[in-house]
Amino acid sequence: MNLQIRDTPATQTSSRLAIADCDIHPAVRKASDLDPWLPARWREHLASFGGGRRLGMQSGPAYPKGQPNASRRDAYPPEGGRQGSSLAFMQAQHLDPNNVALGILNPLKSGQGLANPELSAAVCHAVNEWQVATWTSQDSRLKASIVVPYENASMAAAEIRHWAGHQDFVQVLFLSRTAEPLGNRRYWPIYEAAAEARLPVAVHAFGYGGAPITSTGWPSYYIEEMTGHAQSCQAGLSSMIVEGIFEQFPQLRVIMVEAGFAWAPALGWRLDKAWRTLRAETPHLKQLPSAYMRRHVWWTTQPMEEPEPREHLLDTIGWMGWDRLLFATDYPHWDFDDPAYALPLRITDDQRRGFFLDNARAVYGVGA
Amino acid sequence: MNIPGAIDCDIHPSIPGLDALLPYMPDTWREIIQIRGIDGLNSISYPARSPLTARPDWSPEKGKPAATLAQIQRECLDPFGSAIAICNCLYGVQLLFSEDMAAAFARAVNGWMAAELLDRDPRLRASIVVPIQNVELAVDEIERCAQDPRFVQVLLLASGDHPLGKRMYWPIYAAAARHKLPIGIHAGSNYHNPPTAVGWPSYYTEDYVAQAQAFQSQLTSLFCEGVFNRYPDLKVVLLESGWTWLPAHLWRLTKYWRGLRMEIPWADRSPADVVRSNVRLSLQPTDAPPDAASLQRIIEHLQSDELLLFSTDYPHWQFDGMAAIPAGLSPALVRKITVDNPRATYARLMELVR
Repeated sequence: MNLQIRDTPATQTSSRLAIADCDIHPAVRKASDLDPWLPARWREHLASFGGGRRLGMQSGPAYPKGQPNASRRDAYPPEGGRQGSSLAFMQAQHLDPNNVALGILNPLKSGQGLANPELSAAVCHAVNEWQVATWTSQDSRLKASIVVPYENASMAAAEIRHWAGHQDFVQVLFLSRTAEPLGNRRYWPIYEAAAEARLPVAVHAFGYGGAPITSTGWPSYYIEEMTGHAQSCQAGLSSMIVEGIFEQFPQLRVIMVEAGFAWAPALGWRLDKAWRTLRAETPHLKQLPSAYMRRHVWWTTQPMEEPEPREHLLDTIGWMGWDRLLFATDYPHWDFDDPAYALPLRITDDQRRGFFLDNARAVYGVGA
Repeated sequence: MNIPGAIDCDIHPSIPGLDALLPYMPDTWREIIQIRGIDGLNSISYPARSPLTARPDWSPEKGKPAATLAQIQRECLDPFGSAIAICNCLYGVQLLFSEDMAAAFARAVNGWMAAELLDRDPRLRASIVVPIQNVELAVDEIERCAQDPRFVQVLLLASGDHPLGKRMYWPIYAAAARHKLPIGIHAGSNYHNPPTAVGWPSYYTEDYVAQAQAFQSQLTSLFCEGVFNRYPDLKVVLLESGWTWLPAHLWRLTKYWRGLRMEIPWADRSPADVVRSNVRLSLQPTDAPPDAASLQRIIEHLQSDELLLFSTDYPHWQFDGMAAIPAGLSPALVRKITVDNPRATYARLMELVR
């Protein structure tokens, strides 16, 4: 490994205050963990044909990750299984020592983005059942995301309505690399169901929409794909705003997850400038694009940008609003942001509490 | 504004119509165009009557904006008082799929540019349009045009078939470096890939906004593939890219470079260092925050006064009146942006100016 080790300023490293972790990735120990909730037809289908995605590889990522499962090498549970597959070890390694009061589960290998729409719906449903049985019913700090087969909006809306009102589910989850930009009308029934259930829609970086990770074709390296998620998420969010979903669903809240956040102010300025010139094209928009962003969109923090000097990030967060950021570690993934070191800046106690916990409680409606 | 010696690094003469190119094509291609009924290569990047494509006062009742020397002189060169302006012709050459047809059109565009504009106003310079569909033919066109010192740059688009850092494109960079030509990457796509990483948007507004993301991807590619390790003197100029996104993009790329540089071990300098030595950005559009104080902060985040190059982006509608320079910049920075930085970037410009 070719790692640059840097001194980390020790301005304020106490993390013993309770935190919310808005991006935790639970994994199955083995594929058969989902069997109790998967009809025989789909178990047999998976055994014969696998879960084809809009991606050439039968399994695994398009670009080999930097380490096994893109996860911390110290996060393998002692009892075996992949990183993130043991609640007991997650509690011992992360939830307890980092004083996580609220943890949001975002399963990534969930059936989302599978090419076969019925298979996608069946696996998503099984994963939702598994989240309750294996995680949220076992630890009240953990809350789940409704994973939905978003490429088929009616099935996705039905899955949301199935779980609506269940107190263990606090958001609807998309992966960011959809087949069409997120504001496209084909997805509106999902937003309608989410708004009806008063659940925010989280858009987590990654996925398999079929288009290259850039507007100029497939890059060579994993680092380019990882960096590129910020561009792909900017396009998805631009689409949601410009297509007018926040006019159509005024109660809808969107959370960008693991997309980075420092790009948000400049995207807002660019959208505003373009819209002022081109607004004849989008009469359905009644406000500046950045105004929709300010009111309807939140961002999880990991992977947090780290300018030098770090203080530049204070400008960025000031432009976004301190109430917009939801702390996340990405446990057990390799680029985990440690709450003890993630925000080495001199800020007010209110800002710190909001950043680490209160913003998340407010957006998810989960009390103290 | 009227700054002595100002160099306008991005203006867009329009090809008045396909007829204008015919004199610069061999008979066989003239015949093909006629037989097949080809009536022009006009990209959706700039829809003909969209307000962004031409400012109202630069939008003629008949004909195209910026389509004659008289228009360019009256609306751009004279009022802004630029000593030099660099013409970046955005004709749809890159959109073609036939390599040979693209080469013929590129050659015609460059021939038209030299004869109709460069020969007729000593203030004008131009970028070389290349048939990037075939790297060998692109290099041929660079070699041909580079004999004329008024061609000061090679022009590519922000989105194409492949990321521009890919090794297949390196002969273009070798030719450019040989002739001291920066690589200008301009907003626009050949639309061989969807305009965003998540497919085709519904509105032109999204397409235009997405250009900034295309530039971010290209910067990532050029850095990761090691283009500047191989060609340390090569300059890349991002044209009509916007630039207020740059600091945040570099922060992210730097974070992943720290974590994943095992994959690209030749990347021995930070992305920010590489940008400061090799990458420049044109001033317009300035996607500015609503207040001048915040714009100052963004300039501070750039951590360099050498990155920005003055441009009007004429005839595109990026500002009103003469306000090509955003309010609140210090006189020293304005001097750098309008004069010193362009001179330091375009080596061939200086050979002629001296």
